[in-house]
Amino acid sequence: MAELLQFVFSGLTVGAIYALVALGFTLIYKASDIINFAQGEFVMLGGMTAVFLTLGGISLPLAALVAVIATTIIGLALHRLAIEPAHGASPVTLIMITIGASLFLRGIAQIIFDRRFHSLPPLLAGDPIKIGGAAILPQSLVVLASAVVIVTLLWVFIDRTLLGKAVIATAANRLAARLIGVDTRRIVDFSFAVSAAIGASAGILITPIALTSYDVGTLLALKGFAAAMLGGIGSAPGAVAGGLLIGLFEALAAGYLSSSYKDAVAFLIILAVLIFIPQGLFGRAKIERV
Amino acid sequence: MIILQTDRLSIAFGGLWAVDEVSVAIEAGQVFSIIGPNGSGKTTLFNLMSGIYTPDDGSIRLAGEIVTGLAPDQLARRGLSRTFQNPQVFSQMSTLENVMVGRHRHERTGFLADLLHWPSVARQNYVTRDAALAALAHVGLADFYDRPAGSLAYGALKRLEIARALASEPTVLLLDEPAAGCNPVETQEIDGVIRFLVKGGITIVLVEHDMRLVMNISDRIHVLASGRTLTEGTADEVRSNAAVVQTYLGDSQETLRALD
Amino acid sequence: MNVRTLDNRLLPAIVIAAIFVTLPIFFPSAYYFRIGALVFMSALAVVGLNLLMGFAGQVSLGHAGFLGIGAYSVAIGPVHFGLPSWLSLFGGAILSGTIAFLVGRPILRLKGHYLAVATLGFGILVAIVLTNEANWTGGPDGMSVPKLVLFSWQVRKSEVWYWIAGTTLIGGMVLALNLKESPTGRALQAIHDSEIAASVLGIDVTQKKLTIFVTSAVYASVAGSYLALFNGHVTPDSAGFLRSIELVTMVVLGGMGSIVGSLVGAAMLVVLPQVLTIFHEYEQALLGLILMVFMIFLRRGIVPSVAATFVGLRK
Repeated sequence: MAELLQFVFSGLTVGAIYALVALGFTLIYKASDIINFAQGEFVMLGGMTAVFLTLGGISLPLAALVAVIATTIIGLALHRLAIEPAHGASPVTLIMITIGASLFLRGIAQIIFDRRFHSLPPLLAGDPIKIGGAAILPQSLVVLASAVVIVTLLWVFIDRTLLGKAVIATAANRLAARLIGVDTRRIVDFSFAVSAAIGASAGILITPIALTSYDVGTLLALKGFAAAMLGGIGSAPGAVAGGLLIGLFEALAAGYLSSSYKDAVAFLIILAVLIFIPQGLFGRAKIERV
Repeated sequence: MIILQTDRLSIAFGGLWAVDEVSVAIEAGQVFSIIGPNGSGKTTLFNLMSGIYTPDDGSIRLAGEIVTGLAPDQLARRGLSRTFQNPQVFSQMSTLENVMVGRHRHERTGFLADLLHWPSVARQNYVTRDAALAALAHVGLADFYDRPAGSLAYGALKRLEIARALASEPTVLLLDEPAAGCNPVETQEIDGVIRFLVKGGITIVLVEHDMRLVMNISDRIHVLASGRTLTEGTADEVRSNAAVVQTYLGDSQETLRALD
Repeated sequence: MNVRTLDNRLLPAIVIAAIFVTLPIFFPSAYYFRIGALVFMSALAVVGLNLLMGFAGQVSLGHAGFLGIGAYSVAIGPVHFGLPSWLSLFGGAILSGTIAFLVGRPILRLKGHYLAVATLGFGILVAIVLTNEANWTGGPDGMSVPKLVLFSWQVRKSEVWYWIAGTTLIGGMVLALNLKESPTGRALQAIHDSEIAASVLGIDVTQKKLTIFVTSAVYASVAGSYLALFNGHVTPDSAGFLRSIELVTMVVLGGMGSIVGSLVGAAMLVVLPQVLTIFHEYEQALLGLILMVFMIFLRRGIVPSVAATFVGLRK
């Protein structure tokens, strides 16, 4: 029982990160129908930038802030420099562009930073807290709490502000949104910026626990995408649920089945979802009109 | 002989019956038109008949055989083909190559033979090309044979689709708004093409908004409204039916005039 | 009527063959034969991928998975089963084809980015299996590959591989060019442009997609086997995500659907790192940049763009 609880704790912690990545995917997808493979690099850039800034002597809070802002700017640049010029391209072309961007960012990161693993001091230091025979790091609680805060903030924003409504309108029907005066280009800018910020924050939060390096982005992006698909792409609560579920499945599989196949879990889930329930758990099946 | 019939065909989308218990019986060699105001379910009915949608209720028979739920390619192999309201042309291929694809179900080489280019493949290519050229000539597009299909004018695209469907030698051809977006001259050309097809023994099922074309060319007309059958009859019977005029009231002057 | 004759169907292959045969005259050392061999082997995989992406309009972001299966077949076959290398190569091709058939059935129903991600998932799963089953595969460090033995001769020298790879590539190109001018080829190109229109003309879209998927998997497997036999060593990276993206970039660079473009794309991505060894650090960044730039600005790829310029100049 204690063992199970342990797996649940670690699964939920990493699942919270997947959830944030998935949320980033969903936000961009809703605003622009694009699957952004560079999402994982946002997480990597957040963590790595914060690490190197602190190594350079800057205090952690300031480093974190700068890291988030820098990554946000990169997110905006991604949209303006790589996505916008290709307007009208097919979904697959756009995916390949984002894959190219992801590789590019990864390649640049390994040169600017380095190829080693790095850590950050945790926000809440201290010994692991014992709950029901299992131990959970204080930082894990920070991760989970922060994820809740971020998701709530995003939800409140989308639901309660005018800009949020504009995002929903753009997501529902781009042309119609433009016709009523919504600057859809700005909305997509915004979605990229917010996704980058969320990703960067996630990166900074998880680095004290799971470390970071220049190439953590790829696997994160793929697992985050699996989470988004599991929840139903285009559904924000689905993304969060999907992220937590994948984190849980991974931890349980690693604990009870085989730890070396931990990474395979997310991919098996992707394939299973795409083949059997393409609309995901919370999505709606699309009816194609000819 | 009844070549195509539906029996209480129905389909619902999200709780709304887009087609509601529609039964039609189409005689071989006829021009059978399906008309109705926008949203009456004409295109949905077409999509049901051509296998793109699977009905929730009811059945479809082609030449007596039950074909409900069969996929479009299976129906095509049984002699039923269709064109699309928005021409689904293979824009990367030439006009001729487009029509050559129409010959697919009559081509006799397999994958391995194609891969290795057996002599049978070269022969098949020649046969296919000749048949395709003939079909192009019938719709008046022979001169455009080597143009990229994507570069043709709209009216030509519609005729290309028909030539392509013609090349597959169907028994029944569903034409989805062939005159949509066409000017009067182009519509007249379509009229001529349809008459040519009928002379060749093909049964034509037409969904169309252009009332003049419909009244001129149809042997029977089936009127849909809100997914259900309103009435069916000859052109004269339909145009003098008060209920039909009623549903089209509020429609364009041209339509009403054609109904007079 | 001046209809284009079907006889110049093989022209691209003939031109490539001419180049292939005369190029060695200019080679000052065995190193160049080695580069040539590597280019031809990669190009073989790219031709196969082009059949899938360029002709049929499907996408595979996990094609290196089949490269990996082919590569490990010629390692596992001789090492664990004592089979001769050439037999293992065939076995690998059959295995790849079979896996492609089984995986393709459910996956090819998907469209657009769903298909892209499904193939991505497949490729990575193959890489994960190859990494983990260390008893069979040697784990993350891989395993060594015994040299190919043909008629009791050990095939070792770059010169010999140059001829083997080049001949196989040209054979593969001929098959692809044949396919283009055939009923199957037309059906595939139709599927690329409009699956629904293809289907109402009697084309069994699923079956055709599956056929070409299996074919492209076999191409990749053979290429993977050659690379493994040539290099003498395999690692799970040969099936990895980066390798899959490399292949796709080669397709995009050379021109989707262009058989000659496959060779051009492969040549650029194999030769460039060799020439610019100082850029080894920047390899990943450069790959990403090339992919982005081409997909944004030069989507048609090099060969079709050049061809279009010539046609434009002539007018």
